Amino acid sequence: MLEKAIKGDQKYWGWIVFLLLLIGMGFAFYLYQFKVGLKVTGMSRDVSWGFYIGQLTYFVGVAAGGVMVVLPYYLHDYKAFGRITILGEFLAIASIVMCGLFVMVDLGNLPRMLNIMIYPNPTSILFWDMIVLNVYMLLNLVIGWNVLSAERKGIQYQKWVKVLIYISIPWAFSIHTVTAFLYAGIPGRHYWLTAIMAARFLSSAFASGPALLILLCLIIRKVSTFDPGKEQIRTLGGIVTYAFVLNIFFLLLEVFTAFYSQIPGHMHSFEYLFSGFEGQASKLAPWMWASVVFAIVALFLLLVPATRRREPILAAGCGAVIASTWIDKGFGLVIGGFIPNPFERVFEYWPTTPEIMISVGVWATGFFILTVLYKIVVSVKEEVAG
Amino acid sequence: MMGVDRREFLKIAGLSGLFGLGGKAAIELLAPGEVEAQLSSAPVMKGKRWAMVIDAHALDDELMDVCIRACHREHNVPDLDDPKVEIKWLWKEEYPHAFPGQKHEYIGDDIKHSEFLLLCNHCTNPPCCRVCPTKATWQREDGIVMMDQHRCIGCRFCMAACPFGVRSFNWGDPRKAPEEKNPDFPTNVKYPTRSKGVVEKCTFCAERLAKGQLPACVEAANQIKENALTFGDLDDPASIVRELLRKHYTIRRKPELGTEPNVFYIV
Amino acid sequence: MYDGGKIITGLIIGLLALFLWPFFYDRNGQAGVSPKPELTAKAKEAGQCVAPTPYMREYHMQLLDDWRHTVVRDGERYYDTSEGTWHLRVLGDINDATAGAGERHYKETDRKIYYKSLQVTCMDCHSNKSKFCDECHDYMGVDPYCWDCHIEPKENK
Repeated sequence: MLEKAIKGDQKYWGWIVFLLLLIGMGFAFYLYQFKVGLKVTGMSRDVSWGFYIGQLTYFVGVAAGGVMVVLPYYLHDYKAFGRITILGEFLAIASIVMCGLFVMVDLGNLPRMLNIMIYPNPTSILFWDMIVLNVYMLLNLVIGWNVLSAERKGIQYQKWVKVLIYISIPWAFSIHTVTAFLYAGIPGRHYWLTAIMAARFLSSAFASGPALLILLCLIIRKVSTFDPGKEQIRTLGGIVTYAFVLNIFFLLLEVFTAFYSQIPGHMHSFEYLFSGFEGQASKLAPWMWASVVFAIVALFLLLVPATRRREPILAAGCGAVIASTWIDKGFGLVIGGFIPNPFERVFEYWPTTPEIMISVGVWATGFFILTVLYKIVVSVKEEVAG
Repeated sequence: MMGVDRREFLKIAGLSGLFGLGGKAAIELLAPGEVEAQLSSAPVMKGKRWAMVIDAHALDDELMDVCIRACHREHNVPDLDDPKVEIKWLWKEEYPHAFPGQKHEYIGDDIKHSEFLLLCNHCTNPPCCRVCPTKATWQREDGIVMMDQHRCIGCRFCMAACPFGVRSFNWGDPRKAPEEKNPDFPTNVKYPTRSKGVVEKCTFCAERLAKGQLPACVEAANQIKENALTFGDLDDPASIVRELLRKHYTIRRKPELGTEPNVFYIV
Repeated sequence: MYDGGKIITGLIIGLLALFLWPFFYDRNGQAGVSPKPELTAKAKEAGQCVAPTPYMREYHMQLLDDWRHTVVRDGERYYDTSEGTWHLRVLGDINDATAGAGERHYKETDRKIYYKSLQVTCMDCHSNKSKFCDECHDYMGVDPYCWDCHIEPKENK
């Protein structure tokens, strides 16, 4: 079915070439970082993880969000989602690839990457994260490919695929729980040391993943004759709304615990993120407030079913959800854990140009894979319909 | 006299004597200058839980600078002169920042600006070792939290996990440190430097312990003020660190986190 | 195919030429000169390395890997030549008859203890890195990253 990806019109190829250019540029900047070292990024002794790890965290969420199409269809027989489970699965693949690439560009000594398999440490959550993410990617690849091939041939897929599908559902929950465990068990970082970190992660994943999926579905409807379906998009919109409300609720729970208890360690990161610490204004504060504004806009657009049903409003709402969660999880989460530092000092972080360019290259790679996979899906659906 | 207690002195003296008797004449020791080294490769400084006691009252700028210089010169730690990328194994920190849980409004200026020597605490329950995906940092049987820079992949999870901020990362090539600040780099040609992309920190001078020597900072401090820094085995009730811990009130950094740091401060 | 005979003949000649020309293009007899590592006076005087020369020639990488593991991770900083490394023991009897003429065999009476360190022990005898280590490494196109961290001995060039 791969040959479907090399047959396309001018706009398709224009998009592909554009992505390839971005990938090339990102790679060039990476070579520079590889040669000079990670000092070309904005990371420092105090903020030792930054944009790359934030993006890793965000896209694990997007990957897990795919389960929100798979679960209703396979566990609750919600037949409408049958058309688009493949889109969720392929989005998961592209996301996990981005996650893996973000880890790789963040490593200080990439040639030694395989040490994590040669000398594994089962007490390290990073080890388990590597396992669950790679298995999830493989699961989605095998499931997606088989289901799509079967659809193309007009037959039912083999029984063993069903087994994998049933495994992939709790596995999706596990990938983001394990990723949350990277943060939630660290004793010195009070912004992260919360029992509901995994719950927050999952709720924002189930908002941002399907939100991105909705936008992608709308694009697919525009650029091809395959229509993911009005009902499908509407249901997904409902899922996004519920998940996003839960996400906001969890955030407010955190704020309550921090500020009602008045424990300095709990409050300090919030203070830094939303205003500043000990008199010094924070570079991040405008962004965090932007995230809040986006959240309010999203709630406003999405909460009322009558307005949410109108696709332009739904699309805007999804965009707001993505913007809000991306700032909160892809940026604020990681930085907030490191600032203030263990000495209660502020050493600020901001991504540098090479850091951003490399990230653009990684995003472009993810979207390249997504484009290719979605092109295959759309071509197969068009072929079957025709 | 060095800060070595009686028991340790007898250990070293006894082994030196054994050697001198020439019972193993056929075996030549080609190690540079270590008469005390044994045939088995066990370090002469043997312990079950190494710890350090720092007498805060004895600390002053001169002493601390001497210790830091001794440590960093012994281990080729470059002076990068940039807080973003700096590498420090041993350093000075003001009281409210070293012990943020203890500070309050009414501390006198003297105490507020008093400085402590900070280093890796070689915790008994180290979170950094739990999180390292390759065991490039791990806890030895003698309690030292050790670094294996051959294995480190530079993921910096240990830096995130350490509640004390004692770990440094080589954001660039340490050998490219500014020459004006590092005119005689590397300062110790018997010890390696590190490469870019790996984490480093104090290792309680494991390589010196293996030769029967005290950590560089302790040895340097003893030249100025005896027992300002003491080093010994917590598992040995007769060791000097145990004696000091019995006699004096000591504090540790962030004990409420349960990592059980093994650097104690007499305050 | 048309003119198949001519084409195949031409292909064979062309490919042969492509693959064999380096053997004929010999810049003043410099190509293909095998490396000749030089021993320092100190090394010659010592007469023997930490392991028999034929073993070291082929497997010094395995020895160094064993050393770096046992030193850093196991805290075992001294090497007893009668025990050898795991790799040496696996390879068999180190009283090996494959040593070339003039190269010393390891003998029981030559048992020695060495401080395991590339930088301090090995380079003490082989302080002429550019004429010893680099000779073979450059020839083989090998660039070991040991020297990123381990300090090279200063040579007077």
